Amino acid sequence: MFDNLQEKFDRAFQILKGHGSITEVNVGDTLKEVRKALLDADVDYKTAKEFTQRVKEEALGREVLTSLKPGQLLVKITHEELTKLMGEAAADFRVQGKPAVILLAGLQGAGKTTHAGKLAKLIEDQFKKKVLLVACDVHRPAAVDQLKVVGESVGVDVYAEPGVLDAPGIAERGLAHAKSSGHQAVIIDTAGRLAIDEDMMREIDLVKAVAKPTETLFVVDSMTGQDAVRTAATFNERLDFDGVILTKLDGDTRGGAALSIHSVVGKPIKFVGVGEKMDALEVFHPNRMAERILGMGDVVSLVERAQQVIDEKEAARLESKIRKNKFDLEDFLQQIQQLKKMGNLKDLMSMIPGMSKALKGIDIDDNTFKQVECIIQSMTPEERANPGIINPARKQRIARGSGKDIQDINRLLKQFEDMRKMMHTMTNGAGGKRSRAAGLSALRR
Amino acid sequence: MSFLKRLFSKQEKETLDHGLEKSKSHVFSKLAKVFTGRRVVDEELMDELEEAFITADVGVETTMRLLSRLRKRARFEAYMEMDELYGMMREEMAALFHEDNRSTEAYAIPKHAEGPHVILVVGVNGVGKTTSIGKLAQRFKEQGHSVLLGAADTFRAAAIDQLKVWAERVGVPLVAQGMGADPASVAFDTLQSAVARKSDVVIIDTAGRLHNKRGLMEELAKVRRVMDKVVPGSPHEVWLVLDGSTGQNAVEQAKQFLATTDVTGLIVTKLDGTAKGGVVLAISLQFSIPVRYIGVGEKAEHLQDFILDEFLDSLLPERLIEGLDSTDSES
Repeated sequence: MFDNLQEKFDRAFQILKGHGSITEVNVGDTLKEVRKALLDADVDYKTAKEFTQRVKEEALGREVLTSLKPGQLLVKITHEELTKLMGEAAADFRVQGKPAVILLAGLQGAGKTTHAGKLAKLIEDQFKKKVLLVACDVHRPAAVDQLKVVGESVGVDVYAEPGVLDAPGIAERGLAHAKSSGHQAVIIDTAGRLAIDEDMMREIDLVKAVAKPTETLFVVDSMTGQDAVRTAATFNERLDFDGVILTKLDGDTRGGAALSIHSVVGKPIKFVGVGEKMDALEVFHPNRMAERILGMGDVVSLVERAQQVIDEKEAARLESKIRKNKFDLEDFLQQIQQLKKMGNLKDLMSMIPGMSKALKGIDIDDNTFKQVECIIQSMTPEERANPGIINPARKQRIARGSGKDIQDINRLLKQFEDMRKMMHTMTNGAGGKRSRAAGLSALRR
Repeated sequence: MSFLKRLFSKQEKETLDHGLEKSKSHVFSKLAKVFTGRRVVDEELMDELEEAFITADVGVETTMRLLSRLRKRARFEAYMEMDELYGMMREEMAALFHEDNRSTEAYAIPKHAEGPHVILVVGVNGVGKTTSIGKLAQRFKEQGHSVLLGAADTFRAAAIDQLKVWAERVGVPLVAQGMGADPASVAFDTLQSAVARKSDVVIIDTAGRLHNKRGLMEELAKVRRVMDKVVPGSPHEVWLVLDGSTGQNAVEQAKQFLATTDVTGLIVTKLDGTAKGGVVLAISLQFSIPVRYIGVGEKAEHLQDFILDEFLDSLLPERLIEGLDSTDSES
């Protein structure tokens, strides 16, 4: 995410290298490149212009007060301004009301139905509330079926009236159903519509009037170009929405919309969709996003994601095993499986400061893990607990079982052994979290 | 304006009302203001042009290139009729497009000795692949071809149902397996069935995939290989569907899909909103692929042949005054 923007920013800041101070001229050249990078990332034209203007003023004004090098200073200012642009603090998301009603709206193909499912899962998991999905997309063929499938995959109830074309009516009855059946939150999925389609906008006005949502969220594809802010503004005029869900941020999108919408429309981005899996929905933190854009990493999010998937007790058990040097292949397998739950590997690694530059151009394949899993799963429980007993005959059997070469088995065993040694030395000083990172880098080879 | 006339030739009143409302936003686009009367060609004008192009999603690089061409041709620091300047601009823009787009011939389905004409439709999630296929089916059927659809999007929930609805609506047969089935297997079945039925055209839907997901892109390569086994030389066309409101990322999409599937044509959808689809210029500059169709609405007849002049009109309306006059008289 944001790879492209990051790279260009880097190049822009290079211009300042070797300069002793920030001057009108050198900062001008740098910011010209920054502006180009922003426009290439689909940041709104005016926003980009104003942004670079502000950075320039700040940079020239602050020059004498600091001992930072010009490059560093400019990165710092850019970071501050980026954060401001995206809305400073993370916006609140409340699931209040009896039931809480969340209305999703947006253009066609933005990802409303999928994100209705993701949001439902997030509310059930993190807010511990029972959710009902209401299918008000009566226009797109099979949209209702899609919501049902999505609902089923996250284990959330779906209220639908197949064949009925009256969206406000469905919303009303869906809400009544939620009340009588004890659902604490309702998410209303609506049809995609163009902001200039008067009939459709009237329909959603009606849905809103009937449903009285506690949160109205505008769903927008992060790959949208210059039209993103215009569309968001038009929707906002009609619906006065509370926040934005930015979808498909896992592509190599440059996410310009993330940078422009808040400053143009004045509404916060609340969530970002970062993958196809149903748990790939994150709370949007402007500050962390700015850090990611500038290649500063995002350790906080990484740790948070880890906390979501890692069971504390399990972690304590592992740690004690590592201390006693009893960490075995079975534990290793479990760790890999947990890591996989955290999401796309390259995304994860790029949250480590300095990593994203190192990763540039390297294609990290999530299948690396599959190969390791495959080999371990071809071992007997004894072999997993006690890799020492794996002799050539066993190796051959494992190779055959996993469809790999003997060399692959050897390599894995060696990596595992190195990792175990490293973990042991580390845990004598540091805690368990570090060992996880060590496991990661050992895997990368 | 020709864009409006076009909508008028379509019978439906409803279409027409919608169309008018929508096209007005084209007429009043930024460039309209730029090209009026007579003025000095200067840096300020160049800045205005730059803003207009960039807000139409043309992209920085393509914009710079167009403007530098214009600088070379125009009489800088001198008064110029804006019409003349506009003419130059349009020539430069048109020159970016594939030669197929510069001719006025619409796309016609060729005959093959070995079997049907096979079209594979690809794209990222949510661009309107399935909808476009429904519309294509209707168009080809109306042209007198027998059409068969293949539902190889076995990934997205209810994608098969969505295509089924279209097949029924248009009245064409559909080959499908269950959700989660191997797309290559669906493609295989579809082509076999098409050969048996002696269909003229086969259109195959695929799951939306983000172009940076390597596994899924490889799956697409496999679908292609399987198709070639049933009908040698197929797919004859691979059409990449792009959402007209997508920004510069569309260039990246085109690049990645081209790398794995030899895209032969583009369909640009959702141009009925306020988005202008200017990124098509950037794509045309970098890759030699013709744009085949544009989508300007939800109905089947809203998939139209791509006509370069009309597209450029919508980016840069030809002489604001004339455009407005025709709008008034026609409405």
